[in-house]
Amino acid sequence: MSMMDWIDARFPATKMWKEHISEYYAPKNFNFWYYFGSLALLILVLQIITGIFLTMNYKPDAELAFASVEYIMRDVEWGWLIRYLHSTGASAFFVVIYLHMFRGLMYGSYKQPRELIWIFGMLLYVVLMAEAFMGYLLPWGQMSYWGAQVIISLFGALPVIGEDLALWIRGDYVVADATLNRFFAMHVIALPIVLLGLVAAHILALHEVGSNNPDGVDIKKNKDANGKPVDGIPFHPYYTVKDLVGVVVFLFIFSLVLFYMPEFGGWFLEKDNFIPADPLKTPEHIVPLWYFTPFYAILRAVPDKLFGVIAMGLAIVVLFLLPWLDRSRTRSIRYRGPYFRIALVVFVISFLALGYLGTQPATFLYTLMAQIFTVLYFAFFLLMPIYTKFDKDKPVPERVTTK
Amino acid sequence: MRNLTFAALISVFSVFSTLAIAAGPSSKLDTVDIDLTDKASLQRGAHTFVNYCLSCHGASLMRYNRMAKDLGLTDDQVAENLMFATDKIGDTMQIAMRAEDAKRWFGVVPPDLSVIARARGTDWLYTYLRTFYLDESRPMGTNNLAFKDVGMPHVLWEQQGYQAIDEYGHLSVEQEGALTPRQYDMMSRDLVNFLAYISEPSKLQRLALGKWVLLYLAIFFVIALALKKAYWKDVH
Repeated sequence: MSMMDWIDARFPATKMWKEHISEYYAPKNFNFWYYFGSLALLILVLQIITGIFLTMNYKPDAELAFASVEYIMRDVEWGWLIRYLHSTGASAFFVVIYLHMFRGLMYGSYKQPRELIWIFGMLLYVVLMAEAFMGYLLPWGQMSYWGAQVIISLFGALPVIGEDLALWIRGDYVVADATLNRFFAMHVIALPIVLLGLVAAHILALHEVGSNNPDGVDIKKNKDANGKPVDGIPFHPYYTVKDLVGVVVFLFIFSLVLFYMPEFGGWFLEKDNFIPADPLKTPEHIVPLWYFTPFYAILRAVPDKLFGVIAMGLAIVVLFLLPWLDRSRTRSIRYRGPYFRIALVVFVISFLALGYLGTQPATFLYTLMAQIFTVLYFAFFLLMPIYTKFDKDKPVPERVTTK
Repeated sequence: MRNLTFAALISVFSVFSTLAIAAGPSSKLDTVDIDLTDKASLQRGAHTFVNYCLSCHGASLMRYNRMAKDLGLTDDQVAENLMFATDKIGDTMQIAMRAEDAKRWFGVVPPDLSVIARARGTDWLYTYLRTFYLDESRPMGTNNLAFKDVGMPHVLWEQQGYQAIDEYGHLSVEQEGALTPRQYDMMSRDLVNFLAYISEPSKLQRLALGKWVLLYLAIFFVIALALKKAYWKDVH
């Protein structure tokens, strides 16, 4: 009896390996857009490992935090590399996640029977935003401090409970040592656990129903004599070797940023964050991290602060509802009619424009533009049941197409 | 209270950011071309720094022995020529001035300069060092084009001399210093170079390592692609 048999009699190692890796049949026509799921997983691992090493030297104390980050940058062996991997990794995470989500939009990966994959994914996105937001407080620079001050004060806009809620989050009347301590706890243990649990749920749900593909064809409809999908190939070795190529290309671009422009012109590490947090001195220009700016633009586009906060929240909520807002039976953009295609283009432009406007001062013209793009952002979702129902979709082929 | 805080914060970014745009990036900055591999320049900058800056401004995140190693100096050379505030080579560049005294004398506590080059940028620092001008209205008698109403006096006046400002904002020499303008520019550049160095001592390491990582990945890409093609040759 082999060692593996001994284990398999007690733990489903081989069964799990087969189910999720070597006999998980994925469509053979994955394209460029299908790299980002595995890349997101890679970055998650990278963030956790670098995070562990950062935690060994970081001090979650308002008096010591700023200097401890610089201690890591200077005195800890390879500390600068670990820190830049983590800070560049945070932004890379959002780049990859946004591309991954856009893939879902293009190919209808949220549609029946993958609604729960989408919901778990959206929960991951929300938790990731909280994780990034809390992590950004830890260097305790001016932008860390005032960014947190502004975002937490948004909770204060809620009626009745608002101010108490903001106070409860901060643990003090302003962002202070107590806030730093609790954000540290959330960032290094609470939220990572939630993220890992959700990732497991996201992947289990995916493997239960099978992957979508750029044609939106259901590969389980066409099976061979052995019950394997004709258009499917085992994830391992086919997609492990293919994803390896994607990983190398990603790491190349990632390393270019990490080694040659870790600040990325102030977008990944902001200039003002090299000034220690000063509760008495507000920076001239508080800009949220780039991955939050579309929602920040929506917040500022609404003249009333309470409705602004509500609009910002709804901008996330509508994403959750996508599987039920889309009434078309066609998944992939390849076979969908003109209405959805135009709507998706308008949505992408609006999202990018809001992202840009969120980084800019709220002048009259910019505010007006943010209002227009906010309306378009919501129109994409709220009008979706109408335009997808009447869209002139093309017939979907029986089998996946490959070049 | 809640409304006030919120309104204050929102108005702070809108008003200030509008002002910042309206005023442009605090007039034009001079550009400086620094070279972190120029150890002679860094050593001259270190010399200026410890003699003129390090009495009021600390660099409390920078260790003397790290500086010695990176600047190609021995610990003894640093201890004899560049270390006045401590006798321990492993110490960081601290100052003896107490914050409350500084506040009384200059109106502000002089900021620590460990990472100032990353906060302000090297062009700003270079412009700042070169654009002090006489201004009777200021307590120290000087003002600055890059940092309006700065609390710091023109510490390098013996080297640069004093400049006067005309109504168009142009500076001209009022009183000559010990150095020619070109020599003073070089001194400023060396100092900015040094400040850039202490703001990220690991920068040279990362630039040096980066090219090997990229080379490795480029080679690995060829192998990974060949592997993928080999496995996928029967997928149609």
